[in-house]
Amino acid sequence: MGIFQKLTEKSWLVSDRVSAEDDDSVVISAAPTGLRLYFAVATVMFLLVAAMYLMRMGVGHVGYGLDWRPTPKPWLLWANTVLLILSSVEFQRARVAARRKQVERMTSDLLIAGLLAFAFLAGQLTVWQQLVDRGYFLASNPANSFFYLITTLHGVHILGGLVAWSRTALKVWNGIEMAKIELSVNLCAMYWHFLLAVWLAFFYLLLAT
Amino acid sequence: MAYTTLADDLKELHHPKTWVGKYVWSQDHKVIAVQYMLTAVAIGLVALVLSDLMRLQIGFPGSVGFITPEAYYQMITMHGMIMVIYLLTALLLGGFGNYLIPLMLGARDMVFPFVNMMSYWVYLLSVLVLVSSFFVPGGPTGAGWTLYPPQAILPGTPGRDWGIILMLASLAIFIIAFTMGGLNYVTTVLQARTRGMTMMRMPLSVWGIFIATILALLAFPALFVGAVMMMLDRVLGTSFFMPALVSQGQLLGYRGGSPILFQHLFWFFGHPEVYIVALPAFGIVSDLLSVHARKNIFGYRMMVWAIVIIGGLSFVVWAHHMYVSGMNPYFGFFFATSTLIIAVPTAIKVYNWVLTLWRGNIHFTVPMLFAIAFIFTFINGGLTGLFLGNVSVDVPLSGTYFVVAHFHMVMGVSPILVIFGAIYHWYPKITGRMWNERLGNIHFWFTFIGTYAIYFPMHYLGFLGMPRRYYEYGKTAFIPDSAHTLNAFITVAALIVGVSQLIFFYNLIWSYFYGPKASSNPWRATTLEWQTPDTPAAHGNWGPKLPVVYRWAYDYSVPGAPEDFIPQNVPADGASRHHQT
Repeated sequence: MGIFQKLTEKSWLVSDRVSAEDDDSVVISAAPTGLRLYFAVATVMFLLVAAMYLMRMGVGHVGYGLDWRPTPKPWLLWANTVLLILSSVEFQRARVAARRKQVERMTSDLLIAGLLAFAFLAGQLTVWQQLVDRGYFLASNPANSFFYLITTLHGVHILGGLVAWSRTALKVWNGIEMAKIELSVNLCAMYWHFLLAVWLAFFYLLLAT
Repeated sequence: MAYTTLADDLKELHHPKTWVGKYVWSQDHKVIAVQYMLTAVAIGLVALVLSDLMRLQIGFPGSVGFITPEAYYQMITMHGMIMVIYLLTALLLGGFGNYLIPLMLGARDMVFPFVNMMSYWVYLLSVLVLVSSFFVPGGPTGAGWTLYPPQAILPGTPGRDWGIILMLASLAIFIIAFTMGGLNYVTTVLQARTRGMTMMRMPLSVWGIFIATILALLAFPALFVGAVMMMLDRVLGTSFFMPALVSQGQLLGYRGGSPILFQHLFWFFGHPEVYIVALPAFGIVSDLLSVHARKNIFGYRMMVWAIVIIGGLSFVVWAHHMYVSGMNPYFGFFFATSTLIIAVPTAIKVYNWVLTLWRGNIHFTVPMLFAIAFIFTFINGGLTGLFLGNVSVDVPLSGTYFVVAHFHMVMGVSPILVIFGAIYHWYPKITGRMWNERLGNIHFWFTFIGTYAIYFPMHYLGFLGMPRRYYEYGKTAFIPDSAHTLNAFITVAALIVGVSQLIFFYNLIWSYFYGPKASSNPWRATTLEWQTPDTPAAHGNWGPKLPVVYRWAYDYSVPGAPEDFIPQNVPADGASRHHQT
C-alpha cells in the first residue's frame, strides 16, 4: 500500500478488516529502519557542514571568503579513499557470505574490512601530520579549519562504526546464532556504504574548491 | 510496508528483579518516561525561579541585591535555553513520547529499549553539565539564549570563560541523547504498531509526537554543527563565525568569519524547534478535547495532514527570525510569505478543535479546562505571529516586549497548558491514583488568569516601544511612568503564578500517596493506553496477548452504541463484521 493510500484511509469507517496488510511479512529486527533513519540525520548534518563550507568560502557572495586559501590535498588522500572503497567492498562481500551462511569467508572478509578501515583512519591522521608539518594549522585559515572539521566528523563516524564492527567480530568469535550475526554484518555494511558515499562527496567538494 | 513485527515476538520478557533494575537502570519505556519527566520538571523549576528573579529586577529595580547586570543576562540565557530545550523538548518528546507511543500503539516497549535507556542517561548528563555552569568561575553564559557570536564568546560577556563552553558542550550532549531517543520513537511508530493499528488509526497524540520527532531529528543537527563550530572558534581560535575585530582595545586573532552563518544554523534549528514543541501539544490537545467532549475529533484526516504540512513548512521559514540581520529584502519577502502560509494549516487545526467542541457533551474536568485554555492562548499567540511575520511590522517591533509577549504566549504558555492538561489526564494511568479535583481547579485558574496578567500587558508595552533585554530602564522620555507601574503589576502576577505552582506539586505528591485509587479507564476513553490489564501498566504492558485494533481512536457517542465510547480493541458488531466496507 502506498503512502498516499495510507494517509487517505477513511479510518472512521468501521470495517472487519483488522488491517490491510495482515501478517503479510515479518521483520526480524527494526534495526535496519533505525539505521536508515540515522542516515537521514547524519546526511542533514553533513549537508549543513557542506553548506557552511560553501557560504564561508564566499560562493555566490561578495564579502566574506576573502581570506580563504585552499588547503593542499596530499596524494595520500587518494590512497585513503581507495582504502575506504576497499573496506566497503569487503563489507559487502562479508554480507553476501553471511547470507550464504559461508561462515569462514564471512569471518575473513569481516576482518579485512575492519583492518582496511583502521588503515583509512591511520592514513587520515598521517594527512593531518603532513599538513601540520607544512604549516597548515587548524586556525591559520578557514579552509584548513573546514578540512580538519570535516575529516574529524567523518572519522568519528568511522570510529563509531568500528565499535559496532568489533562487537560483530565478538559475536562471530563467540559463535552465536547465525541470524543475529547476519543482521550485524548487514548493518555494518550499510553503514560503511553510507560513510563511503559521504566521504566521496566531501572529497569531491575538497578537490573542486 | 511491514509492521506489527516486533510487537508480539515470542521471546520471553525478562522482568527486572531488583529495585535498581526496575527504577534506575530501567529499559521500560514507562519508567524512562517518568525519569525524563521528573528531570525536565526539576530543571524547569530552576528556570521558573530565574524568571521570577528577572521579573523582580524589571518590576522593582535594585530590590534584589545579587541581581547585577551580568547576573541578569545569565538568568535570561539560562531561563530561555532551559525552558525551550531541557524542559519543553525533553518533557514532550522524552516524557510523553516515551510514555504514550508504545501504549497507544499496542506495543510492549520501544523497539530499542537499551538505546532508549541510554538516551535518558545522556540527557541527564547534559542537564548536569548545564547546571554545573552555575558553579564555575564566571558563572553561566550570559550570551542570550540565541548565543549569537561574536559577542557570545568575546571578553566582557558574562560566563565567557567557562559558561559558554559548558553550554555548547551541554547542547551537543543533549542532541546526542535526543537522537538516540528520537530514532526509537520514529522506528517504533513505523514498525511496532499492533495488528490493526494502521497509520490513520493512530491517535493524534502519536501523530504529533511522531512528526515532531522527525522534525527534531532533522533540525537538531544544525544546532550541533553550530555548537561544534562555535566551540572551535572559542577554544581553538578558528574563524568560522568570528570576524576580525578589536575587543577592549586589543586586536583579536580572528579574521573573516561571518556571524550570519551562525544565525542561519541556529534558526534552521530554532524555527522547527517551535513546532517540535507545538506539534506534540497539538496532538495531545486534540485527544483531550475529544475525550472530554465525548465527541470524535472533527476532521481527523485533515488534522493529520495539517500536522504533516506544518512540519514540512517549518523548515522553510527560519529566516523570519533574522529580518533585522540586514539580509537581502527579497529573502525577507520569501520568508514572510512562507511564514504566513503556515497560518493556513494551523487555522484548520484551530477550527477543527472548536468544531470538535461544538455540540459536544463538554465535561469541564481539569484536563479539559487546560485544553480549552490552550485554544484561547494559542489563537492569541498565533495572531501576534501574523504581525511579526511581516517584515515591515517586525522591524520596529522586534526589539520590544511585543516579541516577548508573542513567543511566550505561543510557545511558552500554550504548550505548558497542554502539558498540565496532559499530566492531569494521564496521571491516573501513570500512578494508579486520582488527584484532588478542587486543587486542580484552583491551580488551573491561577495559572490561566495569571499568565494572561503577565503577558497581555506586554503587548502594550511593546507598542509603547519598551525595549526587551534591558536590565534597567531608568528615566527615559519615551517610557511613561505608567509603563513602570505596569511592569510592577506584571511582576506581582508572575510571582503569584510562580508560587501557585506549589499547589500543583502538592496535589501530585499528596495524591501519589493518599489519592483515591483510580480505575483503569477513569475518563472512559477509547485509546489503547486505557485498556491495559493493569493500572499502572505492568512491564510489557499487555499481559500475554497484544491487543488487536478494529477501529479508529475517536468512537465517542456513536449512535446506537450501548455506551458513549467504544475502545479501539472492540471488534465491529456482527452486522458489519461480515461485510466488506
